[in-house]
Amino acid sequence: MDTPFAITLGVGTSRANHTGSWRVERPVYVDRLPPCNNACPAGENIQGWLFEAESGNYEAAWRILVHDNPMPAIMGRVCFHPCETACNRVQVDEAVGINAVERFLGDLAIEKGWQLPEPGRDTGKRILVVGAGPAGLSATYHLRLLGHQVRLVDSADRLGGMMRYGIPAYRLPRATLDAEIDRIVALGVEVVLNHVVHDIEEERRAGNFDAVFLAVGAQLGKRVNIPAGDSSKVIDAVTFLHQVAHDDPPLLGRRVVVYGGGDTAFDAARTARRLGATDAVIVYRRNRERMGASGEEVEQALGEGVSVRWLSTVNRFDAERIVLEKMRLNEDGFPEPTGEFEELDADALVLALGQDTDLSLLDHARDVTVHDGAVSVASSMMAGASGIFAGGDAVPAERTATVAVGHGKRGAHGIDDFVMGREPTEKQRHELATFDRLNTWYYADAPRTKRPELERIRRQTNFEEVIGGLSEENALFEARRCLSCGNCFECDNCFGVCPDNAVIKLGAGERYEFDYDFCKGCGICVKECPCGAIEMVPERI
Amino acid sequence: MTRQPVHFYQVGSFAVGNRLLSADDRTVQSLRERTNSIDSGHRACQGCGEALGARYALDAAMRATNDRVVAVNATGCLEVFSTPYPETSWRIPWLHSLFGNAPAVATGVAAALRVKGKSDVRVVAQAGDGGTVDIGFGALSGMFERNDDVLFICYDNEGYMNTGVQRSAATPPAARTATTDAVGPEPGNVFGTGKDLPRIAMAHDIPYVATATVADLHDLERKVERAMELHGARYLHVLVPCPLGWGTASNDTIHVARLAKESGLFPVFEAENGTLTSVSTIRRRVPVEQYLLLQRRYGHLFGKNPRPDIVARIQAMADENIARYGLVDESTESTEVNA
Amino acid sequence: MLRQIEGSKAIAETVALCRPEVVCAYPISPQTHIIEAVGAMVKSGRLAQCEFINVESEFAAMSVAIGASATGARAYTATASQGLLFMLEAVFNASGLGLPIVMTLANRAIGAPINIWNDHSDAMAVRDAGWIQLFAETNQEAADLHVQAFRLAEELSVPVMVCMDGFILTHAVEGVDMLDQETVDAFLPPYEPRQVLDVDDPVSIGAMVGPEAFEEVRYLAYLRQRDALERIPEIAREFTQLTGRESGGLIRSYRTDDAEIIVVALGSVLGTIKDAVDIRRDAGERIGVVGITAFRPFPSEAVRAALAQARQVVVLEKSFSTGFGGVLSTDVAMSMRDLDFDLRTVIAGLGGRAITRRSLEDMLKRANDDELEPLTFLDLDHDAVERERERMRKVRRSGPSAENLLRDRAAFSSLPRGGGA
Repeated sequence: MDTPFAITLGVGTSRANHTGSWRVERPVYVDRLPPCNNACPAGENIQGWLFEAESGNYEAAWRILVHDNPMPAIMGRVCFHPCETACNRVQVDEAVGINAVERFLGDLAIEKGWQLPEPGRDTGKRILVVGAGPAGLSATYHLRLLGHQVRLVDSADRLGGMMRYGIPAYRLPRATLDAEIDRIVALGVEVVLNHVVHDIEEERRAGNFDAVFLAVGAQLGKRVNIPAGDSSKVIDAVTFLHQVAHDDPPLLGRRVVVYGGGDTAFDAARTARRLGATDAVIVYRRNRERMGASGEEVEQALGEGVSVRWLSTVNRFDAERIVLEKMRLNEDGFPEPTGEFEELDADALVLALGQDTDLSLLDHARDVTVHDGAVSVASSMMAGASGIFAGGDAVPAERTATVAVGHGKRGAHGIDDFVMGREPTEKQRHELATFDRLNTWYYADAPRTKRPELERIRRQTNFEEVIGGLSEENALFEARRCLSCGNCFECDNCFGVCPDNAVIKLGAGERYEFDYDFCKGCGICVKECPCGAIEMVPERI
Repeated sequence: MTRQPVHFYQVGSFAVGNRLLSADDRTVQSLRERTNSIDSGHRACQGCGEALGARYALDAAMRATNDRVVAVNATGCLEVFSTPYPETSWRIPWLHSLFGNAPAVATGVAAALRVKGKSDVRVVAQAGDGGTVDIGFGALSGMFERNDDVLFICYDNEGYMNTGVQRSAATPPAARTATTDAVGPEPGNVFGTGKDLPRIAMAHDIPYVATATVADLHDLERKVERAMELHGARYLHVLVPCPLGWGTASNDTIHVARLAKESGLFPVFEAENGTLTSVSTIRRRVPVEQYLLLQRRYGHLFGKNPRPDIVARIQAMADENIARYGLVDESTESTEVNA
Repeated sequence: MLRQIEGSKAIAETVALCRPEVVCAYPISPQTHIIEAVGAMVKSGRLAQCEFINVESEFAAMSVAIGASATGARAYTATASQGLLFMLEAVFNASGLGLPIVMTLANRAIGAPINIWNDHSDAMAVRDAGWIQLFAETNQEAADLHVQAFRLAEELSVPVMVCMDGFILTHAVEGVDMLDQETVDAFLPPYEPRQVLDVDDPVSIGAMVGPEAFEEVRYLAYLRQRDALERIPEIAREFTQLTGRESGGLIRSYRTDDAEIIVVALGSVLGTIKDAVDIRRDAGERIGVVGITAFRPFPSEAVRAALAQARQVVVLEKSFSTGFGGVLSTDVAMSMRDLDFDLRTVIAGLGGRAITRRSLEDMLKRANDDELEPLTFLDLDHDAVERERERMRKVRRSGPSAENLLRDRAAFSSLPRGGGA
């Protein structure tokens, strides 16, 4: 149209006016560290795999998961999920059921036969991994992905370490355990069982290994000196659970007292119940708030008829009678004896007072420091400059399977740097995505589905798995409860709320970018981003 | 299996798009192919609610009509910031005549389209609150009464912002403007009887009347879409916060609009043929203070010489809206404070 | 076809022949008969393809026309007096946007005091609004001018106001040779807008223009009015060729060839003036008349040529710029720059006061005797004015002048009566 001068204007002309020059601050997209990822001892990209799970891309989700942790079906059962404790949703209602979704993905992978990534191109480097528990298996897996050859040795007759010999089957079915271990072994691992390493240096030399990863665990149940009659049956929890795992349970009688307050104590008590104990009593010197065991485990145990004597210590064990001394907490929260005593009928006493590590194989190691019964390591898990690395319960850390898996991964990368002659690199960590950075308005209201639990009565009579898995529908639902803290989940808010159309949508999976020619820097996109994945930074003047 | 109420869920969200939603449930604004009826390069202030509201409404109208919309614009911010010679931001046919005549101009456009047999082309007229409730009121009422085939959209920012923030009939009580200074025993705008244009529109029994805010895009787009399904005079009243006139941070535009609704001060509803047909209930109710505190135009109610008596009167207005429209759904009321 | 017909009806029927597509109207005397008749034709279906819209004000009427015209429809409305003032903002807007709307202005006085009768105050009030303003001398010319107005407006994208004297023409029943559809169709092609709201070719109409281009916009509007000075006579000639009738054009001279005194005027009063001139001619006075049809654009060149040999020019006006004098006189004076002549302004017929042939004869005689004051008010009741001024001097609260004058007039019933029709 040949339009009248000035009063009539043609489409698109305003784009000549670059309003970006008004800006004093500019929005930039950021990826913040979600609290779940931050809390995960195994270093999982939880928010990342939930993102895929939310879309129903379960295999993609699983692949992101196993990038860090090759045993999701196991973790989905035994992990004490610090991710859920850290989850920002806790401040709203309840944490996202991350652990349940992880298990769903792990189980689905086993069902579908999804295989782990192919091993990396052969580097010609040979690594010895001692101990086939979670740390050793994790290290093995990551080393294989990095292209190194691995010999995995263990003193037991099967792989799995404490996952097999410490965790009862009602918490971790053996078929699941086997499936995930087999998948790692299938990457091409030289497995040596029933082999005790006495001298690590000698073993290394003999096998011509470039580096060693020690993951020998803490297999020795701690004993304390409790006066006990000859006929009194006293056993440590590690041995007890080990024997049960070997289908060779000891006869403990009908009244079992377990001494200790950690998860192992509860595993022992619950196992005793399943073996026919009518009374399974836990004796613990502090109160419930100060107990080491996870709340979930305590809840389940109490539900199964396990009872607890809080603020008590075992004074002595006479035949069929345990004398307890009552305790009280002082101002600092430490238990102090009261001098008051009471008695408890008992056929057996199980000591669950922690475990020690047998580190005699390091006796001839040149530059490895053992302190307080644990191997001192750097952040790369390196214990000595000569190429000995360590992880799991053998190093000073929280003794959980997930921590061990994380050690395995970190150790593998430390070894990789070492054998390839690289300087170890510290990974830059993103700023934490805290709750105050979220705009929760944008998440819709919805009901939460809890995982179905088996009838309590059934749990008391057998070793069937206590906690059921999620259906796909429930898993999807649970995944979608994720707030995607600190990471864009492509909700289009920034694209929609910009008054200046200065956000360019790049398409599915590609996220967005700012058009700084027109962005005036109002900051609405930052304020209305549900997950806090945009921040304003001062403009360079 | 047990169930318990949960507050946040990604899907079906209040967000603009969300990859997890079915395509039908996503907003027009989430589409890369949206019209961008008002293009980049316009000269609206940072964080302008009106620029946003206009794009939301017109893009939705374009989508609903297969891109056959003609817009008429009253004088005001929207007109001034969008079409300073030699640049226009409009990607749709657009006509600006005067401040007070947009409804009548739209009538003329609709009449011309009808006589030319272009029944597929639809007319949207738009004005700020001054052009709607004050100077354009007579023309608007005439357009309603004739039931001309026009969707009239009022972008209500509660004052004459273009001329430097003076009071309009839509300025709320106690708000400070350049012509209602925050001085004297009754600082800010008077507590008048109000001029509730959506209800006045309803009194014309026109086919469709609705209110909306820039804070709920899904609702706004749904209402535009509904309006475009109908013929005859239709009225949409959109609350569009003005950072300049309200004294809000430029990034608070959507947030403050949300609080206007969640406090009950701005009822969101729709009506057909003069009868109320739906109400957007409050999701996370907040006291009016939360809304007022974000705005410097109410600054004199707080601070050194606070006026809780005036705040209470404003709260009473919100409560009255809540009662009148049933804005609180008791069965789902949440006590969340994270608004 | 010659018909005895009311002026308003003749306009309505002629406008209908122009195939308007949107007609909007708000009632105000004395234009009501026009839009009533158009409305009836639309309602009955006789005028098809036309939207007739009853609006709530004149402001809306012009606004509807603006919207319709910008959407490519031929738009028409009519108004008068207060109505024109009420739509004034939109009147300027229509021309500023270059929308070829045609409007009949049934000329009427502007209050207060409220007065429904004829004068030209309304037209003069909008002389700078950017419209083309054509004044009709007779109902025949008024009808013909509407056809020419649509042609002119649409060619130039300038709105045109056809001014006809309220009541004197609008309500007068006289013979009008009505055009037929075929003739009008041959003369007036369909409206081809210069700019239009089109979803397939979107533009923004009505931008804000600042100092950097505003003057150019105005200058372009001036050039279009200059173009109109060319096109108005051409279109009138074409019209004559088609109909055999002379209507329109810029100005029309009567017995000016040897005139020493020439009277200049607008509209229907020209007939009475010609009668008076004929009588004065018989008395040997060399007097002629120039009627101005195109008041805007003002045909300065033509006026200057027509008046060049006159010794004295008498501008008779039905309007009055309070505080100065004649409005038309100013334009005539500007056109006659550098020429040696006497200019006399005669204000007459305000608020519908009858302009009698006798008063005009008397005025012309005085002009011929060089006795006419530079500013003369025809038939002014000086006694009534003096009485009111005396009252105002004595009493601060002397009351409204209009009522006082009426009261005086009742008391002195021998004085001339007001009123026009």
